[in-house]
Amino acid sequence: MRSSVNEALAANGQHEAWTPLLELAAREVFELMLGCQLVPSTTPEEASLDVTSMVGLAGKLCGVLSLRCDGKSAALMASKMLGVEAEKVGPEVSDALGEVCNMIAGNFKNKISGLSEGCMLSVPTVITGTDYSLHSQADSPGLEVRLLFEGMPIAISLQIRR
Amino acid sequence: MNGIHALIVDDSSVMRKIVERSLRQAGIELTQVLEAGNGAEALCVLKENRVELILCDINMPVMDGLEFIKQLSSVENAKGVPVVMITTEGSEAHVVQALSCGARGYIRKPFTPDQVKEHVVPILGGKS
Repeated sequence: MRSSVNEALAANGQHEAWTPLLELAAREVFELMLGCQLVPSTTPEEASLDVTSMVGLAGKLCGVLSLRCDGKSAALMASKMLGVEAEKVGPEVSDALGEVCNMIAGNFKNKISGLSEGCMLSVPTVITGTDYSLHSQADSPGLEVRLLFEGMPIAISLQIRR
Repeated sequence: MNGIHALIVDDSSVMRKIVERSLRQAGIELTQVLEAGNGAEALCVLKENRVELILCDINMPVMDGLEFIKQLSSVENAKGVPVVMITTEGSEAHVVQALSCGARGYIRKPFTPDQVKEHVVPILGGKS
Protein backbone atom coordinates (compact mmCIF):
# COMPACT_ATOMS: atom_id res chain seq x y z
CA MET A 1 0.00 0.00 0.00
CA ARG A 2 1.67 3.19 -1.15
CA SER A 3 0.61 6.78 -1.43
CA SER A 4 2.23 9.75 -3.12
CA VAL A 5 3.56 12.54 -0.94
CA ASN A 6 3.02 15.05 -3.70
CA GLU A 7 -0.55 13.97 -4.26
CA ALA A 8 -1.35 14.25 -0.59
CA LEU A 9 0.43 17.54 -0.07
CA ALA A 10 -1.24 19.00 -3.14
CA ALA A 11 -4.66 18.07 -1.86
CA ASN A 12 -4.85 20.89 0.67
CA GLY A 13 -2.97 18.89 3.25
CA GLN A 14 -5.42 16.04 3.26
CA HIS A 15 -3.04 13.88 5.23
CA GLU A 16 -5.83 11.84 6.74
CA ALA A 17 -5.33 9.40 3.86
CA TRP A 18 -2.03 8.49 5.48
CA THR A 19 -3.61 7.23 8.69
CA PRO A 20 -3.91 3.61 7.43
CA LEU A 21 -0.27 3.75 6.34
CA LEU A 22 0.78 4.97 9.77
CA GLU A 23 -1.14 2.13 11.39
CA LEU A 24 0.29 -0.42 8.94
CA ALA A 25 3.82 0.85 9.56
CA ALA A 26 3.36 0.38 13.31
CA ARG A 27 1.75 -3.04 12.95
CA GLU A 28 4.63 -4.30 10.80
CA VAL A 29 7.27 -3.09 13.23
CA PHE A 30 5.57 -4.76 16.20
CA GLU A 31 4.95 -7.97 14.28
CA LEU A 32 8.44 -8.33 12.81
CA MET A 33 10.60 -6.93 15.59
CA LEU A 34 8.59 -7.70 18.73
CA GLY A 35 6.70 -10.76 17.54
CA CYS A 36 3.25 -9.51 18.54
CA GLN A 37 0.10 -8.18 16.94
CA LEU A 38 -1.31 -4.76 17.64
CA VAL A 39 -5.10 -4.68 17.82
CA PRO A 40 -7.48 -1.75 17.44
CA SER A 41 -8.40 0.12 20.59
CA THR A 42 -12.18 0.25 20.57
CA THR A 43 -12.71 2.52 23.54
CA PRO A 44 -11.17 5.88 24.36
CA GLU A 45 -8.33 5.11 26.72
CA GLU A 46 -7.83 7.29 29.74
CA ALA A 47 -4.69 5.55 30.92
CA SER A 48 -1.68 7.73 31.52
CA LEU A 49 0.70 7.38 28.59
CA ASP A 50 3.71 8.75 30.41
CA VAL A 51 6.55 7.57 28.18
CA THR A 52 6.94 9.39 24.88
CA SER A 53 9.38 8.67 22.09
CA MET A 54 9.73 11.18 19.26
CA VAL A 55 11.47 11.22 15.90
CA GLY A 56 11.65 14.36 13.80
CA LEU A 57 11.11 14.38 10.05
CA ALA A 58 12.71 16.98 7.80
CA GLY A 59 12.74 17.53 4.06
CA LYS A 60 9.75 16.91 1.81
CA LEU A 61 7.76 16.24 4.93
CA CYS A 62 8.48 18.14 8.13
CA GLY A 63 7.01 17.13 11.44
CA VAL A 64 7.26 14.88 14.44
CA LEU A 65 6.26 11.24 14.79
CA SER A 66 5.66 10.16 18.36
CA LEU A 67 4.88 6.94 20.17
CA ARG A 68 3.28 7.16 23.61
CA CYS A 69 2.70 4.38 26.08
CA ASP A 70 2.93 3.72 29.81
CA GLY A 71 6.01 2.48 31.63
CA LYS A 72 4.81 -1.10 31.78
CA SER A 73 4.27 -1.21 28.03
CA ALA A 74 7.66 0.36 27.40
CA ALA A 75 9.37 -2.26 29.58
CA LEU A 76 7.49 -5.04 27.83
CA MET A 77 8.52 -3.72 24.42
CA ALA A 78 12.15 -3.72 25.53
CA SER A 79 11.85 -7.22 26.97
CA LYS A 80 10.41 -8.57 23.73
CA MET A 81 13.13 -6.91 21.68
CA LEU A 82 15.89 -8.17 23.96
CA GLY A 83 14.37 -11.58 24.60
CA VAL A 84 14.49 -11.22 28.38
CA GLU A 85 11.87 -10.93 31.10
CA ALA A 86 10.35 -7.49 31.58
CA GLU A 87 11.55 -7.41 35.20
CA LYS A 88 15.13 -7.76 34.03
CA VAL A 89 15.02 -4.82 31.64
CA GLY A 90 16.86 -1.74 32.86
CA PRO A 91 18.10 1.36 31.10
CA GLU A 92 17.54 -0.29 27.71
CA VAL A 93 13.88 0.75 27.87
CA SER A 94 14.50 4.21 26.45
CA ASP A 95 16.79 2.81 23.78
CA ALA A 96 14.17 0.23 22.80
CA LEU A 97 11.30 2.71 22.67
CA GLY A 98 13.39 5.10 20.61
CA GLU A 99 14.21 2.33 18.14
CA VAL A 100 10.57 1.29 17.84
CA CYS A 101 9.59 4.90 17.08
CA ASN A 102 12.48 5.23 14.63
CA MET A 103 11.45 2.07 12.78
CA ILE A 104 7.81 3.16 12.61
CA ALA A 105 8.88 6.53 11.18
CA GLY A 106 11.20 4.90 8.66
CA ASN A 107 8.69 2.26 7.68
CA PHE A 108 5.96 4.90 7.31
CA LYS A 109 7.97 7.17 5.02
CA ASN A 110 9.12 4.21 2.94
CA LYS A 111 5.45 3.49 2.19
CA ILE A 112 4.89 6.89 0.62
CA SER A 113 6.17 7.36 -2.90
CA GLY A 114 8.61 10.24 -3.07
CA LEU A 115 9.08 10.50 0.65
CA SER A 116 11.69 7.83 1.32
CA GLU A 117 14.34 9.72 -0.67
CA GLY A 118 13.45 13.22 0.39
CA CYS A 119 12.78 12.94 4.08
CA MET A 120 15.39 12.56 6.79
CA LEU A 121 14.81 11.23 10.29
CA SER A 122 16.31 12.63 13.45
CA VAL A 123 17.72 10.45 16.20
CA PRO A 124 14.93 9.50 18.63
CA THR A 125 14.22 11.42 21.82
CA VAL A 126 12.49 9.73 24.76
CA ILE A 127 10.67 11.67 27.49
CA THR A 128 9.32 10.12 30.68
CA GLY A 129 6.51 11.84 32.58
CA THR A 130 3.34 13.69 31.69
CA ASP A 131 3.95 17.14 33.11
CA TYR A 132 5.19 18.76 29.94
CA SER A 133 3.84 20.62 26.92
CA LEU A 134 5.03 19.88 23.43
CA HIS A 135 5.26 22.92 21.16
CA SER A 136 5.90 21.91 17.59
CA GLN A 137 6.01 24.10 14.51
CA ALA A 138 3.76 21.51 12.96
CA ASP A 139 0.64 23.41 11.94
CA SER A 140 -1.73 20.66 10.87
CA PRO A 141 -4.11 18.80 13.18
CA GLY A 142 -2.00 15.72 12.70
CA LEU A 143 -2.83 12.05 12.60
CA GLU A 144 -3.22 9.70 15.53
CA VAL A 145 -3.63 5.96 15.73
CA ARG A 146 -4.60 4.32 18.99
CA LEU A 147 -3.92 0.62 19.35
CA LEU A 148 -3.53 -2.01 22.03
CA PHE A 149 -0.17 -3.64 22.64
CA GLU A 150 -0.64 -6.82 24.70
CA GLY A 151 -3.89 -5.27 25.96
CA MET A 152 -2.25 -1.99 26.90
CA PRO A 153 -2.96 1.27 25.07
CA ILE A 154 -0.41 2.96 22.87
CA ALA A 155 -0.78 6.05 20.70
CA ILE A 156 1.15 6.82 17.53
CA SER A 157 0.91 10.40 16.28
CA LEU A 158 2.21 12.33 13.32
CA GLN A 159 2.25 16.12 13.53
CA ILE A 160 2.90 17.70 10.15
CA ARG A 161 4.17 21.14 9.24
CA ARG A 162 2.75 22.22 5.89
CA MET B 1 31.49 -26.01 10.38
CA ASN B 2 33.37 -23.24 12.10
CA GLY B 3 31.46 -20.21 13.28
CA ILE B 4 32.27 -16.72 12.17
CA HIS B 5 33.48 -13.60 13.91
CA ALA B 6 31.09 -10.71 13.32
CA LEU B 7 31.02 -7.00 14.11
CA ILE B 8 27.66 -5.30 14.65
CA VAL B 9 27.66 -1.50 14.42
CA ASP B 10 24.58 0.38 15.62
CA ASP B 11 24.07 3.25 18.06
CA SER B 12 21.26 1.27 19.70
CA SER B 13 22.43 -1.49 22.02
CA VAL B 14 18.97 -3.05 21.78
CA MET B 15 19.21 -3.19 18.00
CA ARG B 16 22.68 -4.76 18.22
CA LYS B 17 21.18 -7.55 20.33
CA ILE B 18 18.33 -8.01 17.86
CA VAL B 19 20.73 -8.24 14.93
CA GLU B 20 22.84 -10.82 16.78
CA ARG B 21 19.76 -12.87 17.62
CA SER B 22 18.52 -12.65 14.05
CA LEU B 23 21.86 -13.92 12.75
CA ARG B 24 21.64 -16.92 15.08
CA GLN B 25 17.97 -17.51 14.15
CA ALA B 26 19.03 -17.40 10.51
CA GLY B 27 21.26 -20.38 11.22
CA ILE B 28 24.52 -18.46 11.09
CA GLU B 29 26.94 -19.86 13.65
CA LEU B 30 28.73 -17.09 15.50
CA THR B 31 31.96 -17.74 17.35
CA GLN B 32 32.42 -14.13 18.43
CA VAL B 33 30.27 -11.02 18.18
CA LEU B 34 31.93 -7.65 18.59
CA GLU B 35 29.91 -4.46 18.95
CA ALA B 36 30.42 -0.77 18.22
CA GLY B 37 28.15 2.23 18.70
CA ASN B 38 29.25 4.17 15.61
CA GLY B 39 31.62 4.04 12.66
CA ALA B 40 34.58 5.53 14.49
CA GLU B 41 34.30 2.98 17.30
CA ALA B 42 34.01 0.23 14.71
CA LEU B 43 37.24 1.29 13.00
CA CYS B 44 39.01 1.12 16.37
CA VAL B 45 37.59 -2.37 17.00
CA LEU B 46 38.76 -3.54 13.59
CA LYS B 47 42.31 -2.33 14.16
CA GLU B 48 42.56 -4.83 17.01
CA ASN B 49 40.36 -7.66 15.73
CA ARG B 50 39.67 -9.67 12.62
CA VAL B 51 36.09 -10.40 11.60
CA GLU B 52 34.46 -12.15 8.65
CA LEU B 53 31.26 -10.11 8.57
CA ILE B 54 30.17 -6.58 9.44
CA LEU B 55 26.56 -5.50 9.89
CA CYS B 56 26.18 -1.75 10.06
CA ASP B 57 23.49 0.87 10.59
CA ILE B 58 23.61 4.07 8.49
CA ASN B 59 22.29 6.82 10.75
CA MET B 60 24.66 7.02 13.71
CA PRO B 61 26.32 9.84 15.61
CA VAL B 62 30.04 10.65 15.33
CA MET B 63 30.56 8.65 12.12
CA ASP B 64 27.70 7.28 10.04
CA GLY B 65 27.65 3.96 8.25
CA LEU B 66 28.47 5.30 4.80
CA GLU B 67 31.53 7.17 6.00
CA PHE B 68 32.56 4.05 7.92
CA ILE B 69 32.52 1.95 4.74
CA LYS B 70 34.55 4.56 2.89
CA GLN B 71 37.24 4.45 5.59
CA LEU B 72 37.19 0.68 5.92
CA SER B 73 39.86 0.16 3.26
CA SER B 74 42.35 2.03 5.44
CA VAL B 75 42.19 -0.73 8.06
CA GLU B 76 44.36 -3.68 7.12
CA ASN B 77 42.27 -6.17 9.13
CA ALA B 78 39.09 -5.12 7.36
CA LYS B 79 40.12 -5.39 3.71
CA GLY B 80 37.71 -7.61 1.84
CA VAL B 81 35.37 -8.09 4.79
CA PRO B 82 31.76 -7.97 3.55
CA VAL B 83 29.53 -5.25 5.00
CA VAL B 84 25.75 -5.51 5.12
CA MET B 85 23.81 -2.35 5.94
CA ILE B 86 20.80 -2.67 8.26
CA THR B 87 18.85 0.57 8.41
CA THR B 88 15.50 2.34 8.41
CA GLU B 89 16.66 4.39 5.42
CA GLY B 90 15.05 2.29 2.72
CA SER B 91 15.08 4.44 -0.39
CA GLU B 92 16.61 3.25 -3.64
CA ALA B 93 18.99 6.21 -3.45
CA HIS B 94 20.27 5.03 -0.08
CA VAL B 95 20.68 1.47 -1.37
CA VAL B 96 22.61 2.65 -4.43
CA GLN B 97 24.75 4.95 -2.29
CA ALA B 98 25.55 2.18 0.19
CA LEU B 99 26.38 -0.33 -2.52
CA SER B 100 28.55 2.18 -4.38
CA CYS B 101 30.44 2.82 -1.14
CA GLY B 102 31.23 -0.88 -0.93
CA ALA B 103 28.36 -2.51 0.97
CA ARG B 104 27.59 -6.05 -0.16
CA GLY B 105 24.01 -6.13 1.07
CA TYR B 106 21.21 -3.96 2.37
CA ILE B 107 18.47 -4.90 4.85
CA ARG B 108 15.63 -2.55 5.74
CA LYS B 109 14.27 -2.31 9.29
CA PRO B 110 11.95 -3.84 10.33
CA PHE B 111 13.29 -7.20 9.17
CA THR B 112 12.85 -10.91 9.75
CA PRO B 113 15.53 -13.56 10.38
CA ASP B 114 14.67 -14.94 6.94
CA GLN B 115 15.59 -11.62 5.35
CA VAL B 116 18.86 -11.63 7.28
CA LYS B 117 19.53 -15.16 6.03
CA GLU B 118 18.67 -14.19 2.46
CA HIS B 119 21.09 -11.26 2.43
CA VAL B 120 23.92 -12.55 4.62
CA VAL B 121 24.36 -16.26 3.90
CA PRO B 122 25.22 -15.86 0.18
CA ILE B 123 28.02 -13.40 0.86
CA LEU B 124 29.61 -15.62 3.51
CA GLY B 125 30.43 -18.17 0.84
CA GLY B 126 29.87 -21.21 3.02
CA LYS B 127 31.83 -19.86 6.01
CA SER B 128 28.81 -20.18 8.27
